[in-house]
Amino acid sequence: MIRLTAGSRAHRALRAGAIALGVLVAVGIPFNSSPVLNGQLTLVLAYAVAAIGLGLLVGYGGQISLGHGAFFAVGAYSAGAVLAKTGLPYLLAVPIAAAVAFLLGLAFGVPALRLRGLYLALVTLALAVAAGPVIKRAEPLTGGVSGLAVPQPPVPGWLAVDPDQWLYLLSLAVTGLMLLLAVNLTRGSLGRSLVAIRDGERAARTTGVDVARVKALLFACAGAYAGVGGALFAYGQGFVAPESFTLLLSFTFLGAVVVGGLGTVAGGVLGALFVVFVPQYAGDVNQALTGVIYGATLIAVVYLLPGGAAGLLRRIRRRVVTVVEPLPPAPSPPPDAQRGVHDADATSDPARAGGDPAGRGVRP
Amino acid sequence: MERFLQVVVDGIADGSVYAALALALVLIFRSTGVVNFAQGEMAMFATFLAWALADAGVPIGLALAGALVLAFLGGMLVERVLIRPVEGGPPLNLVIVTLGLFILVNAAAGWIWGFDLRDFPRLFPGGVASIGGVSLSIESLGIIAVLLVVVALLWLLFTHTPVGLALRAAAQDPASARLVGVPVGRMLMLGWGLASLLGAVAGVLVAHRLFLDTNLMAGVLVYSFAGAALGGFDSPIGAVVGSWIIGVTEALAGTYVDAIGSDLKVLVPLAVIFVVLLVRPAGLFGSPEVTRA
Repeated sequence: MIRLTAGSRAHRALRAGAIALGVLVAVGIPFNSSPVLNGQLTLVLAYAVAAIGLGLLVGYGGQISLGHGAFFAVGAYSAGAVLAKTGLPYLLAVPIAAAVAFLLGLAFGVPALRLRGLYLALVTLALAVAAGPVIKRAEPLTGGVSGLAVPQPPVPGWLAVDPDQWLYLLSLAVTGLMLLLAVNLTRGSLGRSLVAIRDGERAARTTGVDVARVKALLFACAGAYAGVGGALFAYGQGFVAPESFTLLLSFTFLGAVVVGGLGTVAGGVLGALFVVFVPQYAGDVNQALTGVIYGATLIAVVYLLPGGAAGLLRRIRRRVVTVVEPLPPAPSPPPDAQRGVHDADATSDPARAGGDPAGRGVRP
Repeated sequence: MERFLQVVVDGIADGSVYAALALALVLIFRSTGVVNFAQGEMAMFATFLAWALADAGVPIGLALAGALVLAFLGGMLVERVLIRPVEGGPPLNLVIVTLGLFILVNAAAGWIWGFDLRDFPRLFPGGVASIGGVSLSIESLGIIAVLLVVVALLWLLFTHTPVGLALRAAAQDPASARLVGVPVGRMLMLGWGLASLLGAVAGVLVAHRLFLDTNLMAGVLVYSFAGAALGGFDSPIGAVVGSWIIGVTEALAGTYVDAIGSDLKVLVPLAVIFVVLLVRPAGLFGSPEVTRA
């Protein structure tokens, strides 16, 4: 049991050390594993970026999107088209995919978000179902049913790594950047507005938050994250086809977010590990086992582990390291001290997402 | 003109299938306040039960009845075991549980019965009936008739029986209903059972047309959502009328607009949901959302 004072030198050193260790492990992995595993981890990163974006929408916005797979597909095909049909530098494919998905998110989010929860889920569900047929029909751009071969980013001449390692490292760099952006987003003014809206929309409105604008922006940002994830998917797979973007993919992202932990940015990465590696092992037993595990886990997490994997990790960390606030200048102790080791981070409590029960409305 | 009438009747028949599932969605939305995303998959599972019974040699009428009873009991069980613990909590948790159920039921059906397409027995004779000189598909007319009977029975249940009154009371104001002695918990169970039964009716009606597999109801669910959104999510009449409009629009667009064809028909409900949200968010028959300030 270690006791640290928040903000003290030891606390900061330990945190910096943990982050450095994490980065070191993430960068070191591809040099100590097989090309197959590297390919799977590259897929994890692509899914993780999409899950981080969806996590922002669900955990901070209290909104559910069932069509995140469609934005992922849009990103993958945008990147694929840029790489396959234009001579643009391959790195440009990522921002282009993000921009296209962002605009699509804005176009769908603005009308759907005028109402609460339910309707966004409906519109996005229809979007997910419609994605497949639309992709198949738009053959000149997407290659139709047979798919689109995407030239993968070549290893730069000055770097002595294998192609699978390079794809992983490239994806890791993009994921790291998106992770930092997400953390900044949640700590900045947009993040605070979001938490205010989620925990009490009327109160947020009264204090001057432009609710409609913030929600639409968040939805579009979540779409852009899925777009970037899709671009990484196109890089990593070297091939995009309609069967990769079914309704199940959208549900998979939602599963990743819930299992990873609502209201935490890191949850997306943990959730992505879950949804990529479960089918690897479950698929050997039975084709249907993956779905059984996904479904059962989703339900079990709601009952047993509301903070998801990230919440579990945080609880374990609190067993080992206790961070105490510096001696309180105010007479009342901080609320954390009263509730003890139990997850006291009220702003990331998923049980609060979704707003007041009165939001159901009065029925005649 | 004859072709046009045929397309419209077929559209109303499709719309009647969507209406049965949309009624199930509305029933649960009114009582629980959430959309049961697993409704279609529960219906698919019940349809598989009917198929399995028929496949085992049970006469088709008995097989259907058995599947409907099992669907009713299954719906009650789902409410009691999975939904009750999170009822009254944050809507997000309920939605996640129903999505988990969606994935779980779909995978369970795949595990038990595999992923192949199955031929579901015909419930209505093939061929056409000539009405006023227009040849109409007997199957389409049969589906429409079944829906009308179902709607009439529901209307009788909700307006002319004590149980129906208690169901409505429990849905509208659980606290007051409990005070006057309505067993609210049991009514919620009953509501979920009824919804599951309605879904099963939709499933067995459509299974012969679409062939039976684990994805039987995914498309139907989207159309039913569109129908319920168009009619107003808290209005049973709206669900039926909205679903009919969706069915007819889809059939006409698929037949007469070349660019849409059969593969892009699914864009029709998407467009409908969109326009409804922009123009009249409460739907045609729904009551606008009112929140106390």
